[in-house]
Amino acid sequence: MSLPAPAKGLYGVYGGRYVPETLVPALDELEAAWRLAARDEAFRAELAGLGESYGGRPTPVTLAERFAPGKRLYLKREDLLHTGSHKLNNALGQALLARRLGKRRLVAETGAGQHGVATATVAARFGLECVVYMGSEDMRRQRPNVERMGLLGAEVRPVEFGTRTLKEATSEAIRDWIATVETTHYLIGSCVGPHPYPEIVRELQAVIGREARAQLLAAEGRLPDAAVACVGGGSNAIGLFAGFVADADVRLVGVEAAGAASLGAGRPGVLHGARSSLLADSDGQILDAHSISAGLDYPGVGPEHAFLRDSGRAEYVAASDEEAVAAFRHLARTEGIVPALEPAHALARVAELDAELIVVCLSGRGDKDLAEVLAQ
Amino acid sequence: MTAAGTPWAAAPLSGGAKALVVYLMAGARTPELAEAAVEGGADIVEIGFPFSDPLADGPVIRRAAERALAEGMRTQACLECLACVAERVEVPLVPMTYSSLLEAYGYDRFATDAAAAGATGLIVADLPAGERPALRRIQLVAPTSTDERLRLAARETDGWLYLVTIAGTTGARESLSPALAGLAARARRATDLPLYAGFGISTPAHAAAAADHVDGVVVGSRALEAAEGGPGTLRAYVRSLRDALRA
Ligand SMILES: Cc1ncc(COP(=O)(O)O)c(C=O)c1O
Repeated sequence: MSLPAPAKGLYGVYGGRYVPETLVPALDELEAAWRLAARDEAFRAELAGLGESYGGRPTPVTLAERFAPGKRLYLKREDLLHTGSHKLNNALGQALLARRLGKRRLVAETGAGQHGVATATVAARFGLECVVYMGSEDMRRQRPNVERMGLLGAEVRPVEFGTRTLKEATSEAIRDWIATVETTHYLIGSCVGPHPYPEIVRELQAVIGREARAQLLAAEGRLPDAAVACVGGGSNAIGLFAGFVADADVRLVGVEAAGAASLGAGRPGVLHGARSSLLADSDGQILDAHSISAGLDYPGVGPEHAFLRDSGRAEYVAASDEEAVAAFRHLARTEGIVPALEPAHALARVAELDAELIVVCLSGRGDKDLAEVLAQ
Repeated sequence: MTAAGTPWAAAPLSGGAKALVVYLMAGARTPELAEAAVEGGADIVEIGFPFSDPLADGPVIRRAAERALAEGMRTQACLECLACVAERVEVPLVPMTYSSLLEAYGYDRFATDAAAAGATGLIVADLPAGERPALRRIQLVAPTSTDERLRLAARETDGWLYLVTIAGTTGARESLSPALAGLAARARRATDLPLYAGFGISTPAHAAAAADHVDGVVVGSRALEAAEGGPGTLRAYVRSLRDALRA
């Protein structure tokens, strides 16, 4: 069960390949390798095997009765995946692709550091060189993950200009790739970027929705009324949604950070290789996003989400920093689970949702955020 | 002033000389800097319309874009700057920018208004051949381009083909990229149009070495650094390139 493959990387009027020419042949090569791999039983089996034996899949769903009394709220526990977030699903798959492409070096961007940790982890596991670009402001607020990446053998390169957050880290990772494209695979961390990345990342994250759908059916004998996930670039959300998009009765709800609402407050524009809905001014200059959550602090979003919004199939709402912190604390106190600040945004919108049976993607765990939250 | 899309650059330059293309960022001083560049021997001036997230650019042009934006050089101001430059110099003028600006302004409207302001061509750094073919523009090709993509870019390009000498972003390099010779040879087989090489070319020696393979050279980052020193410094720098190309 997954979304249809996009024609030429277009999702309605979004997507595409807005990149310097230097990268186009590598994107063609990546797409060809991906098409072969996706049809290759051995590739799929190896990925599924690694997901199980290395990642800990399937992740469970947990009924959160004390957090959401009066509802049947299930948490899809990606926080229990190895490295502590859903980012590993994508990193494992792309590492296998990099190996098929003969690329020995990985470059990645990271905001919260979870994608950087996932990439550093698969680099260690497969013996690849790894460079991670991270904004210096994010290095400050996600210190534990910076240290983890170092321990895993990755080189973290601080990005000291512009917003000093995920937007600039992504630009620098792409600039690195332009200069090293013949030996390096760009392991993008969300369903953003030029075609075929949004499709690859969605398919690698679709395991979240596939499992959740089967688990909800097993536990409740029916599909949920709503599937809810936080949206930064949108990868955990698109992975969850992939499991339910064909089920017209399941509401798909994405929750953005209020200060980074590329879908709620954006306009069409081009950033990091794709046309999507962005925070930009009327001249097309990209605006700064603001969020307490480094993983959501990004002025863009995956093109498929812009398409799902326009088509009306998915709805997108926002949560403020304060609401996310309150949900973070509340889940800890009521369920004994410390969520990452990113999925805390999704949790913040659950209570008022006009739905009884709900699945929320708990995309990661909150150890990395303790210092930031306790300082509030 | 020729209209946008006229293949002006296909006409041989006087005496088979090599073309010299100089990049400047749009700003208050650009008209006088462009004049100095032309006095120094520039045949074409590219005018950067700054974008907040310039993926194809290294630190020098990125920082120049940040400064220009801080000074208010949004699309309308850049078009006005272009018109002022067009009043001061006779050479072809080529805006160079990123898709996001055209998205916001409208692709057709941008092409029309840029031509009205005096542009004779357009470069969009993140709009490779095959994307939005209706927008006439100068296409870039790179050492990584396949022969098939070289042919596509040659078919779609407007006047000349821009050879990116290196896999990398804009910015001065120590030596001329060894990839240029092979790329130029492949491009010659794909097209009879003039080939101009840019990215990484900064010294007279680079320019002369590149000119062995192509019909012209583009200098960007180093020209912006020279422009920091004012019109006189820029003029002298451009003249040193011009002399090297003549030698
Ligand atoms: C735990 C967690 N959830 C969500 C996100 C946001 O990314 P995406 O929207 O791609 O799932 C991040 C990004 O760093 C993250 O670490």
